[in-house]
Amino acid sequence: MTQSPNDAQNAVEREEMAFDVVIVGGGPAGLAAAIRLRQKNPTLGVCVLEKGSEIGAHIVSGAVIEPKALTELLPDWKERGAPLNTPVSEEKLLYLTKQGSIPVPALHLLMPQMDNRGNYVVSLGDLCRWLGQQAELFGVEIYPGFTGAQLHIEDGCVCGVVTGDMGVDRDGNHKSEFMPGMILRARQVILAEGARGSLSHDAINHYKLRENADPQTYGLGIKEVWEIPKENHRPGFVQHSFGWPLDNHTYGGAFLYHFGENLVSYGFVTALDYSNPWLSPFEEMQRTKQHPAFRPHFEGGRRIIYGARALSEGGFQSLPKLTFPGGVLTGDCAGFLNMPKIKGTHTALKSGMIAADAVSEALRSTNPEAQTYQERLQNSWLWSELYEARNIRPSFSKWGMQLGALYSGIDSMVFRGKAPWTLRHPHADNQTLIPAKEAPKIDYPKPDGTLTFDRTSSVYLSNLSHDDNQPVHLKLRDPALWNEVNEARFSSPESRYCPAGVYEANTRDNGEKYLQINAQNCVHCKSCDIKDPTQNIRWCPPEGGSGPNYPSGM
Amino acid sequence: MKVLVPVKRVVDYNIKPRVAADGSGVETQGVKMSMNPFDEIALEEALRLREKGHAQEVVAVSIGPQAAQDTLRTAMAMGADRAILIRTDAELEPLAVAKLLQAVVEREQPGLVSMGKQAIDDDMNATGQILAAKLGWPQGTFASEVIVDNGSAIVSREIDGGVEVVSLTLPAVITADLRLNEPRYASLPNIMKARKKPLETIEADSLDVDIAPRLKVVSVSEPPAREAGVIVKSVEELVNKLKTEAKVLP
Ligand SMILES: Cc1cc2nc3c(=O)[nH]c(=O)nc-3n(C[C@H](O)[C@H](O)[C@H](O)COP(=O)(O)OP(=O)(O)OC[C@H]3O[C@@H](n4cnc5c(N)ncnc54)[C@H](O)[C@@H]3O)c2cc1C
Ligand code: SF4
Repeated sequence: MTQSPNDAQNAVEREEMAFDVVIVGGGPAGLAAAIRLRQKNPTLGVCVLEKGSEIGAHIVSGAVIEPKALTELLPDWKERGAPLNTPVSEEKLLYLTKQGSIPVPALHLLMPQMDNRGNYVVSLGDLCRWLGQQAELFGVEIYPGFTGAQLHIEDGCVCGVVTGDMGVDRDGNHKSEFMPGMILRARQVILAEGARGSLSHDAINHYKLRENADPQTYGLGIKEVWEIPKENHRPGFVQHSFGWPLDNHTYGGAFLYHFGENLVSYGFVTALDYSNPWLSPFEEMQRTKQHPAFRPHFEGGRRIIYGARALSEGGFQSLPKLTFPGGVLTGDCAGFLNMPKIKGTHTALKSGMIAADAVSEALRSTNPEAQTYQERLQNSWLWSELYEARNIRPSFSKWGMQLGALYSGIDSMVFRGKAPWTLRHPHADNQTLIPAKEAPKIDYPKPDGTLTFDRTSSVYLSNLSHDDNQPVHLKLRDPALWNEVNEARFSSPESRYCPAGVYEANTRDNGEKYLQINAQNCVHCKSCDIKDPTQNIRWCPPEGGSGPNYPSGM
Repeated sequence: MKVLVPVKRVVDYNIKPRVAADGSGVETQGVKMSMNPFDEIALEEALRLREKGHAQEVVAVSIGPQAAQDTLRTAMAMGADRAILIRTDAELEPLAVAKLLQAVVEREQPGLVSMGKQAIDDDMNATGQILAAKLGWPQGTFASEVIVDNGSAIVSREIDGGVEVVSLTLPAVITADLRLNEPRYASLPNIMKARKKPLETIEADSLDVDIAPRLKVVSVSEPPAREAGVIVKSVEELVNKLKTEAKVLP
């Protein structure tokens, strides 16, 4: 038994267990890394921690995926029964006006990034469940319901991960079933927590990994799964839109995919560098369903799942340094998503695989840092893919949606991504709001209860589990700052951007305003950790197994 | 003494059950399954009896498909010493479950069967009672406290408006209510150890028990959607609505 340095004040005795590699996060990046490690060396002790109650429980994605990386990882994925059952059959990209829509013609020529021929529509949650089973067949130990709560740092080197305590009450006292977290020692830690991972955030700050990179910029994806009548189902139909209902300065748009057994995946991504504090990504997502280009797809159907998750949009310019003593960053928590393609699954898989190669080499050396990771990445298709896509996302922030789209076409067609300049991401997403009184209010339609819904009935479909009697996992570092900044300047933007209705600006009897935090509703999208103007809100992982339980199909 | 703990694999209590599109039943395909929460409580009680020295061995038993193995592994990760799977893909009613459990009891000869008061999927609340009757054993149902002492068990039962205390001579059947205890978490090392604990599989067919269903499901439907609320402006309007629309006032 030892203490982690951070526990000194709490005097918690922690049991220890040792592995060769501990992986934090059971998404595509973490599972690919795990499988690859055991493929390279079947004697390695590899453990995956997942904060969801099972693998897939916290995964939200589109998802149209490119099978390239999966084929490299498990060439026989078909025989192994991977749930890639719906090839893309029909594709549309629409520019929306309030009532109309203009299709972008000859998509594969104009925007080669958007060409989805050869790709599959999947439930990424289901793909991860399957990857988890494959990983277990390779001898990986997977522990769902356990969070990575802290990095365990000794002598400047990450030497493992401390798992979250279980059975602590709201006031921090130990309940009868209290179980202290353990120290899982590891010679290398692979962080694969997805966008805005909490340990990744700590590692990036502690080791100053972002010193030579642009700030990371994010989008908030909010998604519903519908079950629709068989006669309306067009398996493999894929539609994306941009334009209405967002204004020309806000990056984002909707996606709609038909897949599986009569399922439709519908979602809306809003870039979190938006400036109008009155904007509500949730309501943008709801009202887009009423557009004639989307509405018919939901006819006669019922909504069965709801969820939300941030995605990393910064791309190449925002990649931090990827290694630190004792560990590496992979997938979305590093920022490997390809934004013009809106795809991060194949890049997460690939970065996990490359990280595994570098880590298994580092395990054979005395160097605590997996130094070849960077070089291996630079020699891979992943690097060139991200490099070529690098100017597209920032061009939209710079020139707005219409000129951005024009620029993107030129960048892709004329320069083929090799333009001799790189556009920057000048701000972090928390710096972009303008004062509420200077911004136009947005009048959102009331939900009708059949096609459009409110937050409460939506979150009900995320199957949340959250023991109320546990420490609040969303904290205001300084409550007074909320009144000064969030309320006075921006009129409580969190009560609009949080897709789960966690934040409510309330008034006490004495007229004083305060922020009510309904932490039990949190779907772990991480938007508040990203968008809060003064970074006053801190998202920490709650007790393992808390949060959404997204079922199959998500 | 040996304690036998039957555990059922059910749709996780956090999941909002959804009726399958064809109306045949509740969707279980790809849905998260876990141990029936009342069975967790029954198991916790058995583990505490063992820790207090009243029991030497805790055996978990589940009846169901191959996947019910996961539930048994969870039981062993919490602390059960070994597990038995009575494997069948058939839909089972409480009578059939009780008969199969009776066969297991005859084989294992436990001094106590500690089980949940009901399963949260079909809410039958009958298996424990039927099992006790079949075995001719005393039963302490809806237990909120269990004290084992010298061949007997004092069981506090949650009943309407209070608590009833009964004394049972062992062997007996106890069914656990919500307030009996707070089940423990399975720790990482215990989850690992559970992978190596013995899990025996017995085919239900080999037990020579008639498990054919006696009931026929006519239909399964979701509760009607709740209508949106309205905000009333005055007490008069409220009273008026309660009279004319809700018809709860004369
Ligand atoms: C709405 C939306 C639509 C998308 N559409 C597509 C698409 O069509 N095609 C495509 O290819 N990509 C798409 N993406 C992107 C893709 O989903 C991500 O790039 C990909 O999932 C990243 O994989 P990852 O493994 O890095 O992280 P994630 O998939 O986010 O997985 C991280 C895992 O780690 C767990 N975790 C996090 N922190 C901890 C911790 N501290 N302790 C324990 N566990 C932890 C999480 O619960 C999660 O299971 C979309 C994303 C969104 C949000
Ligand atoms: S509280 Fe934060 S992390 Fe949780 S759902 Fe709301 S915005 Fe997302």
